[in-house]
Amino acid sequence: MNSDANPVWGLVVTFGLMSLFAVGGANAAIPEMHRIAVDMHHWLTDKQFADVFAIAQLSPGPNVLIVTLIGYAVAGFGGAFAATIAMCLPTAVLAYVVSGLLKGSKGARWPALIRTALVPLSIGLMGASALIVSQAADRTWPAVVLTVGAAALAFATKINPLWILLAGGCLGLAGVV
Amino acid sequence: MSSNSPPAASSGSDVPLTAVQTQPPGLVTLFFAFAKMSLAGFGGVLPFARRAIVERHRWMTADEFNETFALCHFLPGPNIVNLSFVFGSRFRGLTGGLAAFFGLVGPPMVLVMGLAVLYAHFGDIPVLRRILAGISCAAVGLLVATVFRMMMPLIGRRELPPLILMVAVFTAIGLARWPLQFVLLVAIPISLGVTFLMQKRASA
Repeated sequence: MNSDANPVWGLVVTFGLMSLFAVGGANAAIPEMHRIAVDMHHWLTDKQFADVFAIAQLSPGPNVLIVTLIGYAVAGFGGAFAATIAMCLPTAVLAYVVSGLLKGSKGARWPALIRTALVPLSIGLMGASALIVSQAADRTWPAVVLTVGAAALAFATKINPLWILLAGGCLGLAGVV
Repeated sequence: MSSNSPPAASSGSDVPLTAVQTQPPGLVTLFFAFAKMSLAGFGGVLPFARRAIVERHRWMTADEFNETFALCHFLPGPNIVNLSFVFGSRFRGLTGGLAAFFGLVGPPMVLVMGLAVLYAHFGDIPVLRRILAGISCAAVGLLVATVFRMMMPLIGRRELPPLILMVAVFTAIGLARWPLQFVLLVAIPISLGVTFLMQKRASA
């Protein structure tokens, strides 16, 4: 059962375990993905990690599909499929079980308590995600300005994030960053 | 990225609360409904899911949707994926959950696999490199904006302990690069304890 022996099995174990700690969703698990995929196993370079993050944000569907791209880089289609299912299915089944258990206890106080307790942790995790990807993406001053501009625009307006990503792509194509 | 923000409690309040459909959706309907909202979901599936489930199909009231999402939000894993499984299973049991799950995850996963192939072949072409570099910068900016949006209510309440915990997790994961499991196994009990004490004091 050595994860080096079969890369697909390694992906299943890695992402299956990670999903159970992905408090606050996929974007909160980005630092752990980076730690494992770039620092530990060298599946991707830092630059490739920033790329797959961008591709996952740009494509439709849940943001968790960054694991599909990491899985593909490790073991082709089988890896992509295995990583995606391992990251998504266990917690979905967990949610199904918990929602069944909660049915009888309407108005219980502890779900709200847990939610309140997890909010600051998931914000901290997502902040760390932003920091880690920016260290790969924001290598030049114009790139930093583009990131800050995109953040300000997304924070202050209700503009569809897709337009901001496409604008970033156009500026990139024009050679600004 | 809005899939990570809590749902707006009042956004569906114009929908009559009693207008929930009586006919439960079948497996094929579940699969395609979730595939459709997922493929429409550029920049976050949640708003599309809310619109489809509450407004178009009227499978749930706005309150039921918020309640279900809240449950999926405090559990680990991709929230909207959790929601699809819980939602599908409510109507058609375990197979319903799987139908909604594979509807949400399957089609975009195939699409992203296609992008993975393209990236593997053309990822080093200079034009594409420049475009991806620009998109990466913008994508980081979007994430930063989400973080600040989620932080505002926390700052507004002027409670120090949650802010300290937030900064501690950020430092441990983002700067010290400690493993996620280790950090959370320490931080979650502390945060639960602190939240419990704060709520107890507030109600006393």
